[in-house]
Amino acid sequence: MLNRNERLILSSDDLRRAITRIAHEILERNKGSQNLVIVGLHTRGVPLANRLATIIESLEGSRPHVGKLDISLYRDDFIGRAKPVIKSTELPVPIEDQIVVLVDDVLYTGRSIRAAMDALTDFGRARSIQLAVLVDRGHREVPIRPDYIGKNIPTSKHESISVKLEEIDDFEAVTLTPKNDSKVKETNNNNHEEKV
Amino acid sequence: MTKRLLIKGARVLCPANRIDSTMDILLESEKIKDVGLNLNVTENVMTIDASGLILAPGFIDLHCHLREPGFEHKETVKSGSAAAIKGGFTTICAMPNTDPVTDDATSIQFLLDKAKVQPARVLPIGSATKNSEGKELTEMAEMVEVGAVAFSDDGHPIANDMLMRHALEYSSALGVPIIDHCEVPSLFTNGQINEGWIASRLGLQGIPSAAEEQMVDRNIGLAKLTGGWVHLAHVSTKGSVESIRNAKELGINITAEVTPHHLTLTEDAILHGINQEGAYKALNENAYNTMAKVNPPLRTQADVEALIEGLSDGTIDIIATDHAPHASIEKLCPMQEAAFGISNLETTLASALSLVHNKKLSLNRMIESVTSSPAALLKASNNKIGQLTKGFSADLTLFDLDADWIVDVDQFVSKGKNSPLNGEKMKGKVVLTVYKGQIVYSNISKDLVSK
Amino acid sequence: MSPHAGIPSLKSTTSEMSISRKHILDLDDFTAEEIQLVLDNTVAMQEVISRSVRKVPALRGRTIVTLFHEPSTRTRVSFEQAGKILSADVINVSSSASSSKKGESLYNTALTIQSMQADIIVVRHPHSGSPNFLARHLDSSIINAGDGYHAHPSQALLDLYTIQSHFGDIKGRKVAIVGDIMYSRVARSNLWGLTKMGAQVVLCSPPTLIPPDFVNGFPKTHPFASVSITHNLSEAVKNADVIMALRLQAERQSRGRLPSLREYSRLYGINSETVKLAKEDVLIMHPGPINEGIEIDTEIAHGPHSAIQDQVTNGVAVRMALLYAVASANGGDK
Repeated sequence: MLNRNERLILSSDDLRRAITRIAHEILERNKGSQNLVIVGLHTRGVPLANRLATIIESLEGSRPHVGKLDISLYRDDFIGRAKPVIKSTELPVPIEDQIVVLVDDVLYTGRSIRAAMDALTDFGRARSIQLAVLVDRGHREVPIRPDYIGKNIPTSKHESISVKLEEIDDFEAVTLTPKNDSKVKETNNNNHEEKV
Repeated sequence: MTKRLLIKGARVLCPANRIDSTMDILLESEKIKDVGLNLNVTENVMTIDASGLILAPGFIDLHCHLREPGFEHKETVKSGSAAAIKGGFTTICAMPNTDPVTDDATSIQFLLDKAKVQPARVLPIGSATKNSEGKELTEMAEMVEVGAVAFSDDGHPIANDMLMRHALEYSSALGVPIIDHCEVPSLFTNGQINEGWIASRLGLQGIPSAAEEQMVDRNIGLAKLTGGWVHLAHVSTKGSVESIRNAKELGINITAEVTPHHLTLTEDAILHGINQEGAYKALNENAYNTMAKVNPPLRTQADVEALIEGLSDGTIDIIATDHAPHASIEKLCPMQEAAFGISNLETTLASALSLVHNKKLSLNRMIESVTSSPAALLKASNNKIGQLTKGFSADLTLFDLDADWIVDVDQFVSKGKNSPLNGEKMKGKVVLTVYKGQIVYSNISKDLVSK
Repeated sequence: MSPHAGIPSLKSTTSEMSISRKHILDLDDFTAEEIQLVLDNTVAMQEVISRSVRKVPALRGRTIVTLFHEPSTRTRVSFEQAGKILSADVINVSSSASSSKKGESLYNTALTIQSMQADIIVVRHPHSGSPNFLARHLDSSIINAGDGYHAHPSQALLDLYTIQSHFGDIKGRKVAIVGDIMYSRVARSNLWGLTKMGAQVVLCSPPTLIPPDFVNGFPKTHPFASVSITHNLSEAVKNADVIMALRLQAERQSRGRLPSLREYSRLYGINSETVKLAKEDVLIMHPGPINEGIEIDTEIAHGPHSAIQDQVTNGVAVRMALLYAVASANGGDK
């Protein structure tokens, strides 16, 4: 149930279509799925990465490798964060000379992606690193630009974006809320990682 | 003729004379001149309006450490005396564990010479054995002639039973007690705090109650055997109180003292600070409170209650401070390295009054335990102290029973700032101390004094 | 009218708890959830250690000082490695007996270290309460690497991690801790950790090497109420999932607590007979260094049940998780 003031931006159908489109775009740009490694950023980037891999499998006949990345140890802002819990990082194959597609749910300041690139560099030298995001909400603080975008949602800093995915949240939606709404603050803390 | 001192309208409390009522008191030529109602004196007198305050005989402490000679960085006779009068004590007895140990007439005289110029009466306690080594008796008779009021190896027990027997036999002829620090050395070995859960969880060697109780029993046995007078220093356990009670019922010649900290604090003080329960709680950086490290150690609530009851029913004769000042650096370290001792001349009254405020001890008995009771133990020294009687030394303490204040060790006059009560709220404060007819300490409002 | 009337209520996740803490003095101030978080993060740290580039920038620019007043190569190196993998600068300060004899107090040593602007001080000291003392007087974060016989939290955590990674859980497991309980900081911290995680703990020691107040058992409200005590090794290890042997210091015998090492070893040494009484997949642990033949037989220490080598290996990852927890609490307050 949406809270008062919470606005629906993408419905579950919209989400599904956007992800499918991104999968197609990835294949188009890279001329197929060879040497592709889809790496999802914790938390919601991971199910998104899996979905992209599944769609690509249905289109190409073979499933690309899927990895997960936790960037906690690479953040420049982990001080005082409420939950310094580090989740697993798993890269199923060496990324040497592979095309790595990083996947995340929301792109905001870009710092998470910068940290992710630092992490990837420690694992080896990829042939190229591309970025797929479900939502781009603007307000970049570092020079990062996505290659694949589900939807551009211009926001103000007083608003917050919430992405819900079935694998984690039991339902699907992308919503927008003004941050001053105190009720929303609670639910945002519980269900949405502070995306930077 | 020096000015006389008239204190009017105080609630005069003198347990020796069974007085507890509003009265006036007149002091002249170092002595108490008169005690009564409506003393109207106008010539050559300083008058103090003491209404609302309590007037008692100047307090007497049978056990404190003045550290001089040898440990002047911790305290001197001068700073210790200044601390004493601030705490309402006009007579203090200095333990001999100095460097060199006060174990002959010369060193007794040294102390008495230093004492002459002090604003309080400093009485020397001589060492019972040479250099307090527990091997040979000291020249007790000569020391008494010069002015020693008791003998002790305080800091150590007189561990050798035969020597203690002889010490008691020898001193009994002199009318002064052997004060024994009751502790079986081998049961104490490396001990830091009371043995129990707190010591276990803190990883510190515990000192079992038995270490004290066994020595208490030994001393009672020897007192019975010899008829000599043993005074048990700083009693700290329930078992000790019970032994003493039984011994007294049998008419054995023993007396005992308890410190203000053993009456009010438990081993919990070591965990987090005072008044915070936490034996099962997580420790934090405030645990291992070295300010609460003392020998004998702070023990359990059951011990505290037994000690209060023992004091109340006379099993324990007196409160004695065991004022043990140390230089700050000696407590600013891990527990095992910290010195044992609490600096408390300036907080003893308030600690003792807390028992009165909590209705665990009567005000009368409390005052008695620092006035007439200790005076009785010092009878042989022929000082007329401990009661508000005509002709006795004009030593008085005037205090406000209900004054609220917060302990601040930086305000301590003693060089020893080592008190676990720092920051604590206390109730009851000395307002005026008079020694031999002179005001030596005053915290009184000027308008109450008229010349 | 909301178009999403059919959407179920939002899923609640675990409460927003944090393992960020300024000091790690002992396990007594961790909740079970917080311990689990450390263990979970240790898994992530193990992964970092397994990489070819064994470095992450998390603690870059931070200074860690290891202050060891007691000799210990293994623990100190373990912390040093942990710090370096996290990109911290690690400075080792060890105090030999001679410099302490010269009278340099811990307080003065601490002030010197503070002037180095250490973010984190890892301290090992023979006097219980030394880390608490440092935490009281310094601004830095303090991690206790073993103080007197009070606590050794990083050892207990790596022991818990070893148990959990072997069995998958800790709750309900019977853990027998055998040996000199009286003077063991490892036993104390493990008691806190294991009881919080719901293990069934049995302490087994000679009667002269257990705190006297433990022997009578604990009152119901006591945090160790579920712990049982026995002087009989067979009873202690019967059906045990874990047997943790503690190091016996030779001086215990010389100071009158034990008649001989031989009798100790006969009664409390872990050998193949002991192992037979425990569960089939029993885990044998020891914090090290081992007195082979005294508290544990060589064949057991190096046998198939032994997790002793894992304990050492796990040590670095656990210490990384601890450094991370402490560093993440200390913001840019400087």
